[in-house]
Amino acid sequence: MQNLLKNERLFNILVPVISAILGMLAGAIIMVLGNYDPVAGFEALFSGMFGTPKAIGETIRAASPLILSGLAVGFAFKTGLFNIGVEGQLLVGWLASVWVGYAFELPAVLHVTLSILAAAVAGGLWGMIPGYLKAKFKVHEVIVTIMLNYVALYVTADLIKRYLYAGNEKSYRIHESASLSSPFLSQITEGSRLHWGIMIALIAAVIMWFILEKTATGYELKSVGYNQHASMYAGMNVSKNVILSMTISGAFAGMAGAMEGLGTFQNMTVLSSFTGTGFDGIAVALLGANNAFGIILSSLLFGGLNTAAPQMNFDANVPSELIKIIIALIIFFVASGYIIRVIAARFSKEGK
Amino acid sequence: MKKRKFGLALSLVLAAGTILGACGSDEGDSKKGDEKKKTENFKVGLVTDTGGVDDKSFNQSSWEGLKKFGKEFGLEEGKSYRYLQSEKEADYIPNLGKFADGGFNLTFAAGFLLEDAVQTAAEQNSGTNFALIDSLLMDEDFKPVFLDNVAAVTFEEHQGSFLVGVVAAKQSKTGKVGFIGGVDSPLIKKFENGFKAGVKSVNPDMEIIAQYAGDFNKPEKGSSIASTMYTQGADIIYHAAGGTGNGVFTEAKNRKKNGEDVWVIGVDRDQHEEGMPENVTLTSMVKRVDVAVYEISKMAMDGKFPGGKESLFGIKENAIGIAESQENVSKESLKLVDEYKEKILKGEIKVPKTDKEFAEFEKSL
Repeated sequence: MQNLLKNERLFNILVPVISAILGMLAGAIIMVLGNYDPVAGFEALFSGMFGTPKAIGETIRAASPLILSGLAVGFAFKTGLFNIGVEGQLLVGWLASVWVGYAFELPAVLHVTLSILAAAVAGGLWGMIPGYLKAKFKVHEVIVTIMLNYVALYVTADLIKRYLYAGNEKSYRIHESASLSSPFLSQITEGSRLHWGIMIALIAAVIMWFILEKTATGYELKSVGYNQHASMYAGMNVSKNVILSMTISGAFAGMAGAMEGLGTFQNMTVLSSFTGTGFDGIAVALLGANNAFGIILSSLLFGGLNTAAPQMNFDANVPSELIKIIIALIIFFVASGYIIRVIAARFSKEGK
Repeated sequence: MKKRKFGLALSLVLAAGTILGACGSDEGDSKKGDEKKKTENFKVGLVTDTGGVDDKSFNQSSWEGLKKFGKEFGLEEGKSYRYLQSEKEADYIPNLGKFADGGFNLTFAAGFLLEDAVQTAAEQNSGTNFALIDSLLMDEDFKPVFLDNVAAVTFEEHQGSFLVGVVAAKQSKTGKVGFIGGVDSPLIKKFENGFKAGVKSVNPDMEIIAQYAGDFNKPEKGSSIASTMYTQGADIIYHAAGGTGNGVFTEAKNRKKNGEDVWVIGVDRDQHEEGMPENVTLTSMVKRVDVAVYEISKMAMDGKFPGGKESLFGIKENAIGIAESQENVSKESLKLVDEYKEKILKGEIKVPKTDKEFAEFEKSL
């Protein structure tokens, strides 16, 4: 145990794992208190997460946008910024991808690439606004991004109504050539909506890791995050780095929107409320310790939990809301990782 | 019930533990298998949209219809009839699929937002029946399509609009009434023409001002249009404008506070409460989604599921009518409404739906 404590890295992995387990346990206790059968509940939950090929496919499908929005939050956080605007950047990216997917007719590979790039650019620009305001006028990015979420929600809804409206509160569908969906993937997962987006999400995770760990730009970005003044003293351009960080973060978020637009839905709905995927990204990044690999794992967990919620309701009559409670509790335990550390330290001492 | 299930699970676990040396997942599989064997049991489900089952509107009304059906035929809630709430748009298709996989005979989809999802789910699960409420299935060019295992449930809103038109004509003191529509579409035109026909049937000299807000969600626009209409002398306004209509109520309440004698006619459900405390709701045109859900369930149980076509619900099915809150409606109006109801039922009056039909209808008066 003591060795374990000394190994900081291992501990960083253990805290999220223990938190996830504790969250589930607390969920089980709540089930018992609510007079539900926890055995049946968890059986249904796990079978809804990965019990069948279809469930696995749906879990991965739900995880794809979560990975990207988690990367967006994590990237900004590593450079000392809180991007609460992932939701808005996601919506803007979603619309951009659908627009390009609908308005152009191009060869398949080119069309998909262009649609995804459009989403990344749109999300990046949307993220650049708070970055610019922060760099030039010292406006706190949390406030600007929260406000821009609402602007994005209503602007995208209005643009769909004006230019892309097909009826029944939906935009036109994208062309087949821009679609990420795959009959092959759907077939091997027995009819799930799994699409190629997961590949893009995984590539994006590698890109994030590469930028932050292997490039000079990444080093500057992190350095500005750790200590602005020292970075400035060392000759780095703080303003440029803040804007760049928010732009890259926004681009990840925009691509998360493309997952929905080109993958799951093939169109965009006139939304009257947020999708929640962008906000879930904050939770995902927190559980994944802002680490690209951790974000992938925590996305799979949260994607699976969300996917399995109806199954749990259906098979075991446990309300789907319980999943939200479990997720909230997991976050709570991660956030109180400090307490876990203290307790673990005490145990190890007593063990001696 | 829950206790019993737990007991069963417990004994199964114990049995499995002693005989097999414990294998947790076995009990679930065998339980599911037993359920599937009882195909003679009729099972019916409902998938809500993201509004949830207590939205005081469509979803809630659908669930009430299903509950009534379940209770009447002694079905077990949670097993033979139940709902699944959709938390996200992405849940629609999986939720519909869960009912199909669970061996449900019929699954309702509450509202046109699930239109795409019903189409996909129905194609994937051709052995199960679905019913889409308040919409037809549409192809990519927005032309209606029909699938053999999908019943499209729609309502004859023009008939109900006719009836509230009768009330408006009877109770207007200025001889002028208004109509505010959400978006100019064939659907909302049904409301307008039905209403105009009702008004003109009672009194051909009545003047009707009709205007469209161009949006279902702009209360401020509803207020400004209502303000213009009231100023022009209309004293009753019928709105078919969703959220935009809330602005009509706001304007009417303000005017009533200042002593003006103005009224609003609500739409889709009993909007009496929206008019309180100033009490400006004259009556409402109600769409009884619960009635439709009940009827379709019954038809499916009797082996007469109306798949592959549009099922219209109107006055005849008691699915369209005027609201139960009738404190502001005079006795004479109610009597007249009943008379016209009879005429529509007997086919003596054919309520117009389109502008063209209305023009012919007006000539025939």
